[in-house]
Amino acid sequence: MDFSFYFDLPLWLRLVLQGTAVILVLFPIAAACSMAERKISAWLQGRPGPNRTLPPLLAWVPGIWVLQKLGIFQLAADGGKFVFKEDPVPGHVNKLYFIAAPILAMIPALTTVVVVPFGAYLDSAGKIVPLVLANVDIGLLAVFAVSSLGVYAVILAGWASNSKYPFLGGVRASAQLISYELSMTLSVLPVFLWINAPGGQGTLSLFDVVQFQSQPGFWGGAWFVFTMPLSAFIFLVALFAETNRQPFDMPESESDLVGGFHTEYGAFKWSLFFVAEYCHMVIGSAVFILLFFGGWNPLPWVTLTDTVQALAHIIPVATHPLFMGILGISIFLVKICFSIFFFMWVRWTLPRFRYDQVMNIGWKQLLPLSIANLIAYTIGIALLQK
Amino acid sequence: MAVIQVERKPLSLLERTYIPQIVGGLRTTLRHFFKPNVTLQYPEQRPEISKNYRGVPTLVMDPNGREKCVSCQLCEFVCPPKAIRITPGEIAADSPNAHVEKAPQAFDIDMLRCIYCGLCQEVCPEEAIWLQNQFSMSGYTRAEMVNNKAKLYELGGTLPDPHLKWDHKKAAAEHGNGH
Amino acid sequence: MSTDIFFYLFAAITAGSALAVVLCKNTVAAALSLLVSLVGVAALFILLDAFLLAALMVFVYAGAVVALFLFIVMLIDTYGGTRKPFKKGTIVASGFALALLVTGLATLAQRGALATPEFAGNAAPLVPVGASLRAYGEQLFTTYLLPVQIVGFLLLIAMLGVIVLSKKFEGLEDVK
Ligand code: SF4
Ligand code: SF4
Repeated sequence: MDFSFYFDLPLWLRLVLQGTAVILVLFPIAAACSMAERKISAWLQGRPGPNRTLPPLLAWVPGIWVLQKLGIFQLAADGGKFVFKEDPVPGHVNKLYFIAAPILAMIPALTTVVVVPFGAYLDSAGKIVPLVLANVDIGLLAVFAVSSLGVYAVILAGWASNSKYPFLGGVRASAQLISYELSMTLSVLPVFLWINAPGGQGTLSLFDVVQFQSQPGFWGGAWFVFTMPLSAFIFLVALFAETNRQPFDMPESESDLVGGFHTEYGAFKWSLFFVAEYCHMVIGSAVFILLFFGGWNPLPWVTLTDTVQALAHIIPVATHPLFMGILGISIFLVKICFSIFFFMWVRWTLPRFRYDQVMNIGWKQLLPLSIANLIAYTIGIALLQK
Repeated sequence: MAVIQVERKPLSLLERTYIPQIVGGLRTTLRHFFKPNVTLQYPEQRPEISKNYRGVPTLVMDPNGREKCVSCQLCEFVCPPKAIRITPGEIAADSPNAHVEKAPQAFDIDMLRCIYCGLCQEVCPEEAIWLQNQFSMSGYTRAEMVNNKAKLYELGGTLPDPHLKWDHKKAAAEHGNGH
Repeated sequence: MSTDIFFYLFAAITAGSALAVVLCKNTVAAALSLLVSLVGVAALFILLDAFLLAALMVFVYAGAVVALFLFIVMLIDTYGGTRKPFKKGTIVASGFALALLVTGLATLAQRGALATPEFAGNAAPLVPVGASLRAYGEQLFTTYLLPVQIVGFLLLIAMLGVIVLSKKFEGLEDVK
């Protein structure tokens, strides 16, 4: 197989194709997350979850019951419902912002994916090449920057709804997201201090982080979760807060705010908020895995390149870029799925924090902890790299 | 009663980080994840209903297949929300049960009105109306929610009651000592 | 040239929304215009290949500072407040500022272009300082060390001021 024809296409066309492909993958994943959420909640609570919907036209297909039991058609039915349902815009809302908010929610959610690498392959020269839409030097900073814009959707939705509960949800969201952004940023600094040895070019690229975790040797192959467990923990907690997941889902908080910022929303606009939330979750998990769990490397101390070369003894096509790319993406996706499962698992384990507890944890515990962590690692790294 | 003062122990540092508790909680929920479901697949699998359950009011037959209701209309009068409507009727003279004289011509219970109070069962002198273990009533129209006589007997079935008082009465009358 | 089109587009967005910040009666709308303006500035940075500055701009200002603005604006609910007439001092100061601006613009128009600023050390930096982390960091810690320290100090003073203003000194009788 030869793919040179693809690289002969004009750059803009390739970028458009790649971008569309990524969104076409991301969108269904986000949608599937909503069904996974329902199924996993059900299984954790000892019930089967949605398992009945089946289009009569497909009933004859043998083995279709597996999909039926997994609720796949329920997902399609729900999606269809959101499209065809009446989309109410209450009379008292600020129309422009009310309609802009769900759109604003989608933009950062889909933009961050641009700088997230999701696989790698060896080119003909034996050099490892990342699979990413834009391999920029400031990768992580760009993710943080764009995803920090996501809060405006929540604030705007809360404010434009012009009623009490959404408003409280919006105010809470703005305070919470800022509080945890600090700890999140501080927690990843040790990682970049470590990979940017003195005299290097200086990089914030997520691809380089993964490459750093796939070096030979005991310390080279160790994922950062082993060398920097505290950073990983702080990042994870902040990630829960940033994606508004339980136990930090203050902006929604059904028990005291009805529906939080989206109380006044319905139908398609509401579903946009949810797709955006799941996109954030997927991207957040992806970044977490890239930083601390070795990206597309299957196991700690076992890199993707090693795996492919070992496989090449059995199946010769293993080193082919296409095979390697797909293998890398699959490993990465499996890790993301597990991480999303973890999000849902925690959701049904921990009760929601009270608002003052959220603020206390953010400012009085997580922030000092992350600063101490940063200082400790700075000193350690300075001594080690001297 | 002795009052025991329990000393509230201060949390240890490890406990204050919440982490052991969170891990314990995660273990519990994961155990539930792999446990079998505790729910029933409702319309196909039905739960065991206790014999004492008082669900939808129904009409019953006696073991000989005679409808027990004699359309005395006591239940109609006692029913607080006026859910019952009875049209009394005569039993044809050539029927083997002619001596019972009356049976309902029509018997409707509007299940949108019924409050499942059970007064009809309590007041019935013939033990003809019973609240049984039928617990699910649903329909697409109001008319569907009105149980007519045929439906009521279908739901009610037969009461395995060995007394057969009307048969005894008939036998006694044939022996000539009926009063 | 496509870059030119983009420059004019983003410049128009930036300037227009900056104007809207001042003109909007609704405070939330004004804060949102500020957000758009900042994102526009970030886009202009990208056109200059200063990706790092653009990301920092979005991250710090658009992502955090404006969110705080909105938070405050929502908390103190500024609807329907009647504006006090301007004080004399304000009018004089704004007149002075306007005069400065006009003079500056006039000078610029007369000269035709801004004088290219001299970069310390190298005469013609090929890579813009804002593009790579390393260059940016090095400049911060060498050439611009003093300004950075001074700005940091100012922020510290401001923070202390806020603490003093917001803290209730209940134990101190003479303060009351
Ligand atoms: S059900 Fe009983 S109470 Fe009602 S009419 Fe018949 S015999 Fe009388
Ligand atoms: S249960 Fe009560 S409400 Fe229902 S039909 Fe009997 S008497 Fe009427």
